[in-house]
Amino acid sequence: MTTSRGRELGERLRGGDLGAAPAVLNLLESRTPAARAEAEALLDAVSVSALGGEAPAHVVGVTGPPGVGKSSLLSRLVAEWRGRGRSVAVLAVDPSSRRSGGSLLGDRARIEVDPADPRIFVRSTAAGERLGGLAPATRAAAAALAAAFDVVVIETVGVGQSETEVADVADTVAVIVQPASGDVLQFLKAGIMEVPDVLVVTKADLGRVATRAMADLRSALRSLGARKTRVVAVSSAAPPQGIGDLVDALDAHRDSLDLPARRLRARRAAALAAFVTEHGERGLRALGGRRAAERWLDTQDPGLAVPALERALEERALAAS
Amino acid sequence: MSQTPSPRLPERDRPWMMRTYAGHSDARRSNELYRRNLEKGQTGLSIAFDLPTQTGYDPDHELARGEVGKVGVSVAHKGDMLTLLEGIPLDQMNTSMTINATAAWLLALYVVAAEAHGVPQEKLQGTTQNDILKEYLSRGTYAFPPGPSMRLIADTIAYTVTNIPKWNPINICSYHLQEAGATPVQEIAYAMSNAIAVLDAVRDRVPQDLMGSVFGRISFFVNAGVRFIEEHAKLRAMAELWDELGRDRYAVRDEKHRRFRYGVQVNSLGLTEAQPENNVYRIALEALAVTLGRNARARALQLPAWNEALGLPRPWDQQWSLRLQQILAYETDLLEYPDVFEGSKVMEGLVAELVEGARAEMARVAELGGAVEAVDYMKASLVESHRERWRRIESGELTVVGMNRFQTTEPSPLTADQDGGILVVDPAVEAEQRAALERWRAERDQSAVDAALRELARVARDEHENIMPATIAAARAGATTGEWAHALREAFGEYRAPTGVGEAAAVSSEEVAELRDEVERLSEALGRRLKFLVGKPGLDGHSNGAEQIAVRARDAGMDVVYEGIRLTPAQIANSAAQEGVHVVGLSILSGSHRELIPSVLAALREAGAGEIPVVVGGIIPAADANWLREAGVAAVYTPKDWDLNQMMRDIVELVAARHDVDLPVGA
Repeated sequence: MTTSRGRELGERLRGGDLGAAPAVLNLLESRTPAARAEAEALLDAVSVSALGGEAPAHVVGVTGPPGVGKSSLLSRLVAEWRGRGRSVAVLAVDPSSRRSGGSLLGDRARIEVDPADPRIFVRSTAAGERLGGLAPATRAAAAALAAAFDVVVIETVGVGQSETEVADVADTVAVIVQPASGDVLQFLKAGIMEVPDVLVVTKADLGRVATRAMADLRSALRSLGARKTRVVAVSSAAPPQGIGDLVDALDAHRDSLDLPARRLRARRAAALAAFVTEHGERGLRALGGRRAAERWLDTQDPGLAVPALERALEERALAAS
Repeated sequence: MSQTPSPRLPERDRPWMMRTYAGHSDARRSNELYRRNLEKGQTGLSIAFDLPTQTGYDPDHELARGEVGKVGVSVAHKGDMLTLLEGIPLDQMNTSMTINATAAWLLALYVVAAEAHGVPQEKLQGTTQNDILKEYLSRGTYAFPPGPSMRLIADTIAYTVTNIPKWNPINICSYHLQEAGATPVQEIAYAMSNAIAVLDAVRDRVPQDLMGSVFGRISFFVNAGVRFIEEHAKLRAMAELWDELGRDRYAVRDEKHRRFRYGVQVNSLGLTEAQPENNVYRIALEALAVTLGRNARARALQLPAWNEALGLPRPWDQQWSLRLQQILAYETDLLEYPDVFEGSKVMEGLVAELVEGARAEMARVAELGGAVEAVDYMKASLVESHRERWRRIESGELTVVGMNRFQTTEPSPLTADQDGGILVVDPAVEAEQRAALERWRAERDQSAVDAALRELARVARDEHENIMPATIAAARAGATTGEWAHALREAFGEYRAPTGVGEAAAVSSEEVAELRDEVERLSEALGRRLKFLVGKPGLDGHSNGAEQIAVRARDAGMDVVYEGIRLTPAQIANSAAQEGVHVVGLSILSGSHRELIPSVLAALREAGAGEIPVVVGGIIPAADANWLREAGVAAVYTPKDWDLNQMMRDIVELVAARHDVDLPVGA
């Protein structure tokens, strides 16, 4: 196999070369058959088998409704992580629609980073078809960059749907809400929105309004029996408040996780989702239905990367038909 | 003996104040220019500051690179202001300063300079533009977030109304909204909504009995386009709404206080690079829009020069525009009559239509919580209007003579000179200003400056105090523009305004269908979607062009990274590399392309992205365009390249060629 470029990029990531990130993304976003093969080689090179364990990064999903101040918060968060000596990759998934096929990736405009700092990487991609959906390459990018960066952030926009999809990729999901926006509370109570790992209330500088919002969220979480969710108040405006607490809360969640189990589940779910996108209901029937496919996936090598799992599913479906 | 009443005024009206928006390089050179202009019959001053002064950076700041003395004069401290005003009688002069984020500071410098010339502040007359919302919406020289910015405005108003009573502390600008594409209705509605936001903020900071005087000191700065009948109606509509607002919302009793007072700079948006001599006619017609009807006549007028779409105008170009004002005021019979539109059904109808439209739009802004809260909405609406205007030009629905129609022309003798008919700022100015600033810092009483800045920082953090006294004290102590702004940035934080591009509607698909196919084919061949970074390096905040390019590129099917204004070359290069773009487009209108573009190219190489092709757009003289191409720029676009689809096709071809992709010829 002449998959040298993908393998080489994967090896650079494995060796901690953060400068490989732009080329890695360029490759993972490419749809030509040759690039797909290279991408698979890249992901194999940073798979659990190749790394000898789960990638060390903390993959954090950050989501919330438009205009809630995610980008200013992320600017502060990135600075806080950098202050703690961690390298950070941000994958910003832009919600702008693809009416023309094209998109405006404006998100980057709002994340302030030091351009001279080589340990920060920010990349924006257009979302998929749905609001809050992930770009096809984002999942793969998160897995790949997790081999080299200390923190990989996936930023998406929306409430209600997006955090579900982000939860399939991220170790920890933080949902950002602003005080006095009742919809999140309603979504939680109605079960439209899954309970996130960390709830962040912005504009803590508003004082009583923010305190009240936190109390409301806490009581809603209690009534849902979600005791583990941490609620943190932050303010991104000068002087920033609560950013350190937020990082502590994200870290605490990660420490409480069975990380290998969560990531393995995520990889298998991703492989199945990719298979269904490609082969539809007919493909699923060939595997004996969704439940059977899931059970079969559970028997596979836990060290395989998503493309390898997807290919295994395809081979099985082909053999069955 | 029957006698018809005379249609004439008993006495000829006094002309409006005549100004020229001027200033470049340093204080000494600009002072010479002002004195010459006053000798030529100019009756007021209009100071143009350079972008570092406008955004609160000293000439030695990284972001000031290439911008010092370019679009105006560099004023870094009271010494510069003293030199700038040398020999000008400040007790008689009426000075307009186009200054916004740093208005409180430049006003303080003016007060301190006048004091040194022996003129007390209560005698000073003039205007600080001081309108921050339109900076967020269009012009881009903001520095602080909306909340603290509105406080600075309210503080200057509260201070001047008692201490400098003849000063206009704010000019609510609709001018720049039109430049950003506003329709007349939008121009009226957003300006009025802006005024409401300002007045509401001041209401909390002055005693109620002063509100009448406050209202009376608020003036406007408007634009006039070439559709001069409708433009005149616009001003009458504004006068009507303003009077109503004073009476109903702010209970202003004195009719004089409710009078709509405005100054004008006529339209630059419609000036063309193609056959630029035609701009003289456009300017003359636009001047009529604001002088024709006595009931809504401008108090002060400044006219652009015929060659503004080519580069910075020379003193002779500005003189030509001043002469136009003088002919209008002194040769014609314009000032001999009462209002010539009174009783005109057409005019009344137009005014009623505009008032109605503006009321509806004002209500929408009010629903969103007022002008400060509605910045995103207004910005997106402006980008959308501008896009629509451009579409009409491209489709030929809107005629622009010499540009999209009647293009055949003889070579113009006016632009045949070696210098291309523009002013070129001596590149040595920046180094001189840096050196002068270093001397200034070395020679001043540093402990006095430190103490004044500490006090300023304290006052900034206490929103119940007025910023002006501490600002004047810092000016007197010898602090610099950058130091003043830095102290406030520390206290207030920084801000990035919305770009407005995300919400812009797409152009109808037929118009870009072929283009979209080309982008699609190229993207297929590249393996991923054609990705284009649109960047604005330097301090220039005129983002209208860049926004339109970004929106069109998206409509053509590209993935567009647009990060807003005021980026350093390092930031642009870093984004280009990390985002994996195929091409970079840079827009500069401030004349600093010779410094900034090579810096971006170097930064790209340093970021390992030297192979990404770079195209440049802006007000770039032909000689500089060649120079830029030799420096490695793939293509240069100027205002005469108005066909955006053609530009997009060029970009597709450029990327295809760089990646050895064969695109089918034709289409």
